[in-house]
Amino acid sequence: MSELQMQDEQLEVLQFLTRQALFGQLPEEALRRVAAAVDVRYFKAGSPVIAFGEQAEWWFVVRSGAVEVFRRDGTLYNRLTEGGHFGEAGLLLKKKKVRFPVSALEDTLLYLIPEAEFTALFDAHEGFADQVETEDSTRLRQVMSRREESNQLMSASIESLVNREPVWLPSTAKVLEAAQCMTEAGVSSLLILDDARGEDDPAIAGIITDRDLRTRVLAGGLSHDTPVSQVMTTQLVTVEHNQLVFEAMLQMLRHNVHHLPVMRHQKAVGVIALSDVVHYESRNSLFVVSSIFRQSSVEELAALTADVRASFVRMVNEDASSRMVGTAMALIGRSFKQQLLALAEAKLGPPPVPYCFLALGSMARNEQLVVTDQDNALVLDNRFDPALHDAYFKELAAFVSDGLAQCGYTYCSGGIMATNTQWRQPLKVWERYFSEWIEQPTAGTLLSANIFFDLDGVWGKIEWAEKLRALIAQKAKGQSRFLASMARNALLRTPPLGFFKDFVVEADGRHSKAINLKRRGTAPMADLIRVHALAVGSQAQNSFERLKDVVAAGVLPPGRGQDLHDTLEFISTVRIRNQANDLAAGLEPDNSIEPDKLSAFERKSLRDAFLILSEAQGYLKFRYQPGRSV
Amino acid sequence: MLHSSLLRPVDAAAQAGAGQEAWPERFASLAESAKDARLRAFYAAGTVSQETPLCDVPLMAMDVETTGLDPVKDGIVSIGLVPMSLERIRTSASRHWILKPRVPLAAESVTIHGITDSQVHSAPDLDAVLAEVLATMAGHVLVVHCRDIERQFFNGALRTRIGESIEFPVIDTMELEARLHRRSQRSWWDWALGRQPQRLSIRLADSRRRYNLPRYQPHHALTDALASAELLQAQVAHRYSPETPVRDLWK
Repeated sequence: MSELQMQDEQLEVLQFLTRQALFGQLPEEALRRVAAAVDVRYFKAGSPVIAFGEQAEWWFVVRSGAVEVFRRDGTLYNRLTEGGHFGEAGLLLKKKKVRFPVSALEDTLLYLIPEAEFTALFDAHEGFADQVETEDSTRLRQVMSRREESNQLMSASIESLVNREPVWLPSTAKVLEAAQCMTEAGVSSLLILDDARGEDDPAIAGIITDRDLRTRVLAGGLSHDTPVSQVMTTQLVTVEHNQLVFEAMLQMLRHNVHHLPVMRHQKAVGVIALSDVVHYESRNSLFVVSSIFRQSSVEELAALTADVRASFVRMVNEDASSRMVGTAMALIGRSFKQQLLALAEAKLGPPPVPYCFLALGSMARNEQLVVTDQDNALVLDNRFDPALHDAYFKELAAFVSDGLAQCGYTYCSGGIMATNTQWRQPLKVWERYFSEWIEQPTAGTLLSANIFFDLDGVWGKIEWAEKLRALIAQKAKGQSRFLASMARNALLRTPPLGFFKDFVVEADGRHSKAINLKRRGTAPMADLIRVHALAVGSQAQNSFERLKDVVAAGVLPPGRGQDLHDTLEFISTVRIRNQANDLAAGLEPDNSIEPDKLSAFERKSLRDAFLILSEAQGYLKFRYQPGRSV
Repeated sequence: MLHSSLLRPVDAAAQAGAGQEAWPERFASLAESAKDARLRAFYAAGTVSQETPLCDVPLMAMDVETTGLDPVKDGIVSIGLVPMSLERIRTSASRHWILKPRVPLAAESVTIHGITDSQVHSAPDLDAVLAEVLATMAGHVLVVHCRDIERQFFNGALRTRIGESIEFPVIDTMELEARLHRRSQRSWWDWALGRQPQRLSIRLADSRRRYNLPRYQPHHALTDALASAELLQAQVAHRYSPETPVRDLWK
């Protein structure tokens, strides 16, 4: 560039562009070229900027003021302020016609970048092109994959922890040999070979750990010559190679073991120890769960609330995915219920007939956060006789419900609790409930019954919960009236359009000061995914798991499954982070977010997420419209 | 650009230009009488008739930076020109010249416009680039904020160099603001209380703010020219129309 041309450049234009994230990533030479190509125009508030179908000649950047972008049908598509850009959709068309009409919302100064200059930038700079790319889902996918890369460790599969083959010993070996072998190989456990199968096709007969040598051999006063088969553990708890590290930790907790053989295609590929896992999860959430089971009164349990919240904040700070946070919080909630039930049975004596305590809603979906109410129910044995038995179960339900309330799980405002007679019924009644909901649906009854379609057994005869899930899966599939009603209910809550200055913008152009990210984001997402899951007969409860089944069934248009996954993950993450920030600031966390608390990046990505959700709702409405066979 | 209140009373000679004649006729006769060939070419390019609607007028926003406040003693250090119409400010075709004035740079003026001795040292005299400057201006109606400064300094510089003065029609965005804000009648209430009507500032930055235009770093000839260009578009959008004849605005 010659000296003379350098003198002619408009410093204000260059400096403004440099301040924008979109341009800041361009090399300086390209940036100067764009700045030199910019023309300027002022628009009075209310005047049209570009009209649908006219020749697209410019790419526009808002220098000051604000504009409104519309869809072809005249509905509002977006509002943009300083630094916002528009016009790319038309320029990227072959015909170069304006696709989204725009008019000035305020007195506005616009920078006009000629089509040729925009195209040159778009072609030469991939990062720039990605940023202005019009497809909301593509942009969100980039955001999510960057995020996934950054917390690879947290969401690592168990396989990534396995760094050596398992060390085997025949079952005839002596415990002395076992101790020597463990010392030599530097391992804390050995797999014992099933002699019937041999070394070519090894199968596990059992496992022996250094703890076994201490507790069973030394403390038991056994001789060195004792065969390992006599002291090994044969009731094996194993994990699959592709499960999450986090899930291995849950297995260890649940079964109180410190070593887990890792299986792939029914073959052991390694063993992971508790120490391997500790790095992957906050010690705190582990600690909370195990301490729940050590408390012997409701007051002691209630005292753990602060620890629960601290472990939540820690997980968020460690950049855990929403799924990990949701699973950990659900596990903690489940543990509270289990311990309260144990305390209740200790107080009231053994139950007169068997029962299953159900968790419903977000806990059943493993999508629980710190702000949550208790949704639960009791499934009783079919021999249940109200006159004889209900006094016991009524008291049991009250004990658990009051206990949960003391531990920070507020009472369900809709009365979905086992304390309510309607939701404390024998299995056959529950089977009738579900049959009626599915076979004779009305939108009204389903509205309150929605939550029962996310259910999980936490105590007692948990196989009854599985039985009910199987019943739902089998009956719901193909029930078009039921699915249409569920779909209609899933559309009652819609996402907003996006953000404008410090406001949330609704699709009809109205403004509000805050948004409830649960009511307007994660809840409609979960509702939507549930309808699809029921339609394909999935028995999964977690939304991400359901989504996998839905994608596998081929119900969604190609690529939409990934979009919905990214959308749910992103909205959940923002919601979780907001609650963690509230807690860290000493505030009572809630689901409400004020736009001024969001970064520009979060606003943009949330808007993308809302658009995808809105589109997915449109598709849901189309797919499950009454009368359409499914 | 300097502020008008700092300026000495208006130079009578510079005001004489508009006279009785309309601008196109005035340009035609000046094209005959001017001695300098560059000036003759400038006038020969002509100007639009006074009935021309604003939307058809080729416009050129202009700003000059100077060594000081006195149009007689001080000189021009830079000129910024930005061609424009009501539809588009063609910043992409902006021109900017740094010039070597015939008076030394005063330290206080350097702090205003930021042009240093070393920049000026290697810069040309206005005479060397006059043909280029006038050719860029030719055929356009000039847009400035505070016409007296540009006219007086430009005139002074030309008289020193070629012994002739220059005249051209100008739309003054400051004067357009003054029309609105300086002629407001005192309300009965103000009159009864003996209050003067509130005098709004018509400085460039203050005027721009009223139209929701962004804040720019002042005192760069090119930035100030752009600032005036944007202000004119805003003024026309709010108070005139593209059909308004140019005679209502120029002088």
